[in-house]
Amino acid sequence: MVDTLVIPLLKIVILLNAILIAVTYMVLLERKVIAWVQSRLGPMRVGPYGALQPIADAIKLMAKEDITPTRADRWVFTAAPIVVLVPALIVFAVIPFGPEVELFGRSVPLYITDINVGLLYVVAIASLGVYGIILAGWASNSKYPLLASLRATAQLISYEVAVTMILVSLVLTAGTLSMVGIVEAQRDAGLWFAFVQPVAFVVFFIGGMAETNRAPFDMPEAEQELTGGFHTEYSGMRFALFFLAEYANMIVISTVATTLFLGGWLRPFPGVAALGFLDLVPAWIWFLFKTFVFLYVFLWIRATLPRYRYDQLMRLGWKVLIPIGIGNIVVTGVVKVLL
Amino acid sequence: MQVEVPSSMFDTSELVLNMGPQHPSTHGVLRIVLRLDGERVVDSDIVVGYLHRGIEKLSENRDWTQIILLTDRMDYVAAASTNLVYCETVEKLMSVEVPRRARYVRTILAELQRIASHCLWLGTHAMDIGAMTVFLYAFRERELILDLFEEYCGARLTYTALRIGGLPLDIPPGWDTKVLSFCDIMDSKLGEYETLLTHNRIWLDRTKDIGVIDGPDAIGLGLCGPTLRGSAVPRDVRKDEPYAAYDEFEFDVPIGVKGDTYDRYLVRLEEFRQSLRIIRQAIDGLPEGPIVGKVPRLIKPPAGETYHVNESPKGEIGFFIASDGRSTNPYRLRVRPPSLCNLQGLRRLIRGHLVADVVALIGSIDIVLGEVDR
Repeated sequence: MVDTLVIPLLKIVILLNAILIAVTYMVLLERKVIAWVQSRLGPMRVGPYGALQPIADAIKLMAKEDITPTRADRWVFTAAPIVVLVPALIVFAVIPFGPEVELFGRSVPLYITDINVGLLYVVAIASLGVYGIILAGWASNSKYPLLASLRATAQLISYEVAVTMILVSLVLTAGTLSMVGIVEAQRDAGLWFAFVQPVAFVVFFIGGMAETNRAPFDMPEAEQELTGGFHTEYSGMRFALFFLAEYANMIVISTVATTLFLGGWLRPFPGVAALGFLDLVPAWIWFLFKTFVFLYVFLWIRATLPRYRYDQLMRLGWKVLIPIGIGNIVVTGVVKVLL
Repeated sequence: MQVEVPSSMFDTSELVLNMGPQHPSTHGVLRIVLRLDGERVVDSDIVVGYLHRGIEKLSENRDWTQIILLTDRMDYVAAASTNLVYCETVEKLMSVEVPRRARYVRTILAELQRIASHCLWLGTHAMDIGAMTVFLYAFRERELILDLFEEYCGARLTYTALRIGGLPLDIPPGWDTKVLSFCDIMDSKLGEYETLLTHNRIWLDRTKDIGVIDGPDAIGLGLCGPTLRGSAVPRDVRKDEPYAAYDEFEFDVPIGVKGDTYDRYLVRLEEFRQSLRIIRQAIDGLPEGPIVGKVPRLIKPPAGETYHVNESPKGEIGFFIASDGRSTNPYRLRVRPPSLCNLQGLRRLIRGHLVADVVALIGSIDIVLGEVDR
């Protein structure tokens, strides 16, 4: 009873709250990091160094009037933000934040579940989020959101294939689809998969940026072109859900990339015994640290690069990333057979 | 690079998209009605007039000095340049000789203004394409110029920096060294902009071969300024019909090759350097002497009309004035606004491109709506 129901439920509650808090502070972090890049200070007024800014933002968004355009498709319009946010949150079910730890005399794994097709689950759920964007654009019954949802569709089919291809070669290397299994495979190999599959790592990261609609692939919401894109007609809390989903998705991609390529909770160079003292740091701290590095890179790129055009992203996806993906599978397969 | 799809293949219909006057990238209150096929622009209709204040008509009821205030409010990001062309036009009609020192200071102000205006152009252009950091970097340097102007005339945006016949006041002590140190700062910052953009893969993809227009077509459409020079036409009023003190300085007129957005970007970027070069020469050779020519207390030009052009940061700006010789107001005042002339080319430039390119091209021709509508 305790093992099957209470502990998992507790973990879900803790994780969900942790993620939502992390997401709101992610917004602050983004504003701060971009401000530093641009030689500004960022939010400074609410709390010390703007530390309470996320709370002020949340109150503002909740207090705002929630407008549904008269000609919008009311049900789809309401459902769309939920369709975007929910997949972003439930992906965390299979992310291993750490190995099993001893807590109050019980052995508790630091993940909610370890299903044997974990990676497949991640790919399937993560791509659901885009449907929410497409629905939002369509349901708004407005031209700019409509263009944005067309862009989202075009974007979806260009990177999704490439990312999935590249994950196939990763699965070939790891020999398992389980997220925990992939981390353990890296421990057994004594090497992070980022070094075993560097091409896959780069392609996955590019695809991940496209998947989260982050710069330089943020065409569906390109403010300068489409005045906000798919969320043009949204206001108040419904807009906030889109916002939360975008940042939650960034965290998802960062955690997945950490798990698949940077050895999850493993310390750097898990195969080198001389660095054993690094194990003094708890495993989950390593995991969060690596995730944070990814998140920082996301923000850094957003502050630096201009935006791609959506046809250029499609060209990148179909003409560059997918051939690389297929080539990578072939090379991985051949090497696997020969070794 | 357009793919022609025969329209009979699919049952398609065009989407009419209203862009502006409230849109983050129309640089003010420009309105463009786009006819789209997917995201490709089939045709467009450019609507201006949302910022019309009737400056030309207002001028007929102001005396000649008061009009300088109105010229501030035309190209509000380059007020000193408009001040200069207006003052020179009136001086031309009155045949007033402007002292050499005043002409030098005017040149310095006009070139500082060009850098400030180009900073704003670079920032917004890059921002439209999604590079948000360049925007703040460029505004950081523009701020330094605003400080210089503030020290010179007290205002930061609408300067009223010049008077008919010369300058309202001499440069403050130490101002020239501050300008020189600004030039050094600006030199190093230009490298920073270039690092972020010039060889950036995405920037190249977004600007190369976008909005290509060749020289004869550009002239035919009446384009002017850096937008024209991007199309390899070496027309620069500062060189061709020197005014102020430009005939005494050495500078190059950068031109593009192909006439695409990237060429126009490179041309303006090089103009930063040439402006710095002119400012340095002007500060080094700044002559002593009076700052105002022989101007009567009551400015009343003789009956007649005249037209005079300058090279403002946006392009070739011209003033036509007619005086009846009896009143202290102009009989008629008419402006040739470079922003409006360049805007004429926009319809041709954006045809066949995507919505994302439309905002890039609006940035590329560098318009300011205060001048388009006056």
